[in-house]
Amino acid sequence: MKKYFNYIALPALALGLVACEPEFENDIIDDAVYTSGEADFSSYVSVGNSLTAGFADNALYITGQENSFPNIMAQQFALAGGGEFTQPLVNDNTGGLLFGGNQITANRFVLATDEEGNLGPAVLNGSPTTDISNVVSGPFNNYGVPGAKSYHLVAPGYGNPAGFPASANPYFIRFASSPNATVIGDAVAANPTFFSLWIGNNDILGFATSGGAGVDQTGNLDPTTYGSNDITDPNVFANVYAQEVEALVATGAKGALINIPDVTSIPFFTAVPAQSIPLDAATAAFVNSNFTLYNTQVLGGLVQFGIISPEEAAARQINFVEGVNFPIISDEDLTDISQILQGPPFNLDPVTAATLGTLRQANNGDLFPLTSSGVLGTTVNGNPQAILGVSVPLADQFVLTTGEQELVSQAQAQYNATIQGLASANGLAYVDARSALQAVADGGVAYDGGILSSTFVTGGAFSLDGVHPSPRGYAFTANAIIDAINAQYGSTIPGVNIGNYGSVTISNNVN
Amino acid sequence: MKKVLSVVVLLLVAAVTYAGGYRVSLQGQRGLAMGHTGVAMVNNAELAFFNPGGLVHLEGKLNLAVGGFGVFSDVKYQNTEFGLSSETDSPTGTPIYFYASYNISEKLAVGLAVYTPYGSTVEYPTDWAGSHLVNSIELSAIFVQPLVSVKLFDDLSIGGGPILAIGGVNFNRNLTRTLADIDGNRSNVEIDAQGVNAFGFSVGAMITPNDQWSFGINYRSKIDVEVESGDGDAVFANVPDSPLAPIPNGTYNFTASLPLPAEWTVGVSYKPCDKWTLNFDWNYAEWDAYEALNLDFLNADGSVALESRNPRNYENASTFRFGAQYEASSKFVLRAGAYFDESPVQDGFFAPETPRNDSYGFTGGFTFNITEKLAVDASFLYLTFKEIDASYDSYFESGQRVPFEGTYRSSAFSPGLGLSYKL
Repeated sequence: MKKYFNYIALPALALGLVACEPEFENDIIDDAVYTSGEADFSSYVSVGNSLTAGFADNALYITGQENSFPNIMAQQFALAGGGEFTQPLVNDNTGGLLFGGNQITANRFVLATDEEGNLGPAVLNGSPTTDISNVVSGPFNNYGVPGAKSYHLVAPGYGNPAGFPASANPYFIRFASSPNATVIGDAVAANPTFFSLWIGNNDILGFATSGGAGVDQTGNLDPTTYGSNDITDPNVFANVYAQEVEALVATGAKGALINIPDVTSIPFFTAVPAQSIPLDAATAAFVNSNFTLYNTQVLGGLVQFGIISPEEAAARQINFVEGVNFPIISDEDLTDISQILQGPPFNLDPVTAATLGTLRQANNGDLFPLTSSGVLGTTVNGNPQAILGVSVPLADQFVLTTGEQELVSQAQAQYNATIQGLASANGLAYVDARSALQAVADGGVAYDGGILSSTFVTGGAFSLDGVHPSPRGYAFTANAIIDAINAQYGSTIPGVNIGNYGSVTISNNVN
Repeated sequence: MKKVLSVVVLLLVAAVTYAGGYRVSLQGQRGLAMGHTGVAMVNNAELAFFNPGGLVHLEGKLNLAVGGFGVFSDVKYQNTEFGLSSETDSPTGTPIYFYASYNISEKLAVGLAVYTPYGSTVEYPTDWAGSHLVNSIELSAIFVQPLVSVKLFDDLSIGGGPILAIGGVNFNRNLTRTLADIDGNRSNVEIDAQGVNAFGFSVGAMITPNDQWSFGINYRSKIDVEVESGDGDAVFANVPDSPLAPIPNGTYNFTASLPLPAEWTVGVSYKPCDKWTLNFDWNYAEWDAYEALNLDFLNADGSVALESRNPRNYENASTFRFGAQYEASSKFVLRAGAYFDESPVQDGFFAPETPRNDSYGFTGGFTFNITEKLAVDASFLYLTFKEIDASYDSYFESGQRVPFEGTYRSSAFSPGLGLSYKL
């Protein structure tokens, strides 16, 4: 019997030996292929605005949050000791917010087709279910608050429902640890071992997207007096940004500071071309005939009286040609001549005088926000003679003029100098998001599925609000940040394949 | 004896080959235990599969063999560039067989064979990195084959018979890498067709010049399993509500075709002494029949709603098999074997639904003769694949070729149990 036993035992032994799983030589899960270097990703906390929250398509919704750059990064960090990443997820993928049952923000955009098959962003149908009165309790890993400016992160009461809408933010109301909590205080309380801070975009963006309708507050050091479309004073920015960095590094955490991209790299300002008014020869001649007096006698007379310079007169000339033309606009940086034109020798009626008051024709330096696409070429009050951009100047809020762009880029340059200085002073990774997004806007960046570009709708990098990235754009952003972290801390975190992340969401379930 | 061994070792080293694709070489306990050889060996009713030409040589009036296997397979995928990894969680496969042979006279035998030579069950985690190529697949084919075997001369016999193949497929994949509905659920299609019939045949011959040597050759024809409209369903789900989507949600008829390739086997069996038998078999599978997996999804009026073209470009491939049998006693027979299976999959066509690169198999087993008539047969197979960096390059997004790249490592373990009966 012993002999038989051996015959049975041998195959049984072999069976035990071979019943094992296949093993990679270097298994990315089991063999510590990726390292964290000098960083510790066990508790990653992200702080910032809508970009950090995963806001897209003009709303915050679950799949957007799941594709936020911090969440994408956290999944890669998990390959080198990173821990769980908890986000204050909203309730649905519709995107709008409720406050006490009333809708206070719009549903998300989706890409829809109309009866003729034309493509365009449209607001998704549906009732939102995220009521900010239902406060969710943390701690969380993602402290991205859509709409926040630099100074909001240190402002007590920014999450206080009693202060809404004047001084409180609906998104922070939803997950502030207490009504008087600050965003930065809650983030520090989450005990980060690693953090990212991306704030300051809204300190210039509101001014830019409103076509410069706000005020450049440079010189005004009291942010409580700022309006939502104003440019934050660079010293105010430097002061609060330093406080925020100090609070975060005081925990012993390492981290990454991300700079402010150019507003000109987002499709919100590039989708609408400067030349947008198609005219045939006859119409152009007809329109020009209406401006003949203005071009010659009015502008010439004003130069003669020394009211405007010859250069300004030249800049204010209106001339339409056969083809696609620049629209006419109101530029508040020009000398306002509406009062003078009502007096002698011009004696114009108040309406005409107002039309000509700060009138010029746009040029290649002007940027037209996405919001202008809905008004350019439309008639005013149904009057077929009053066409916006042709016979009626486009209002200031629909144009970001060269002068306004200059204010934006001056503030931006100073913010970025502050960010870079604090990164270097604190040994933190400095992420040049500005250059990364410039590359996307400027010809695009190749990936395995094509070219990622900033072209509105089709470029892949931006969501349908033209300001916030798509999941693919956020994945690209995550890669840029990971690169900077690896360079600073000697870690070897892999980037993601941005081709695995979607761009715009299609749906015809729209209003 | 020594000479034979050295030849075996040489072949072991030289061969870089195997039986890949969706061929599953588990057609008998005794054959498998000897590296799945048997085209030239008269052993039991398993000959109905390995070489029907030899059935007439079986001892006794009636021979039966029945059995089955459990297939535990595992595929690991990773991509170090992006930190992606996945592992299949495939259900246990259970290929079975039943063979019967009846000797009408010394020169004539008839038989019946039921076996499952093709199949594949691979299940990845849903929405894994390669989900635009496959989430899960289950291919199966049952062959039913009546047989006749004739001894033409004392040292030459032939045999064969028609095959009825009953095929089934269930296949699930995501439509693209990113398309999803408003809630982020990935757009997906699942096709299912069962009980699809097709026909083929196999023929074999065996030469037995003396008691020590025998030679065999066997040919099994190609069988094209054609799924016609109405044979199965394709269900599209989670497709966004938009005319921009490739196809609306719903259930569609579909057509598809999958070749079960022809296979040649030649082999030799040698008995150096009473207790030992040594086998060598060479399989040559005409995998070049598998050029592409093409699916057409049909509207209710029969027009094509969506087509899916998936080039495969398989190439013909060989398997080299070695086996040995040792009759330890009248009660116990021990067997061992090994084989090298050359993958039909070419560079750039490595689709994760059949993640088969070159592999080598190690086998063993035994027979316990309970009585003169009844025996228990047991075997095991351990099949291991080399780690391979591979890609599938024929997936396109908006006309752009998007390779799916990564490192694969696979293995399969398959214990089996069966009964042999002779009267």
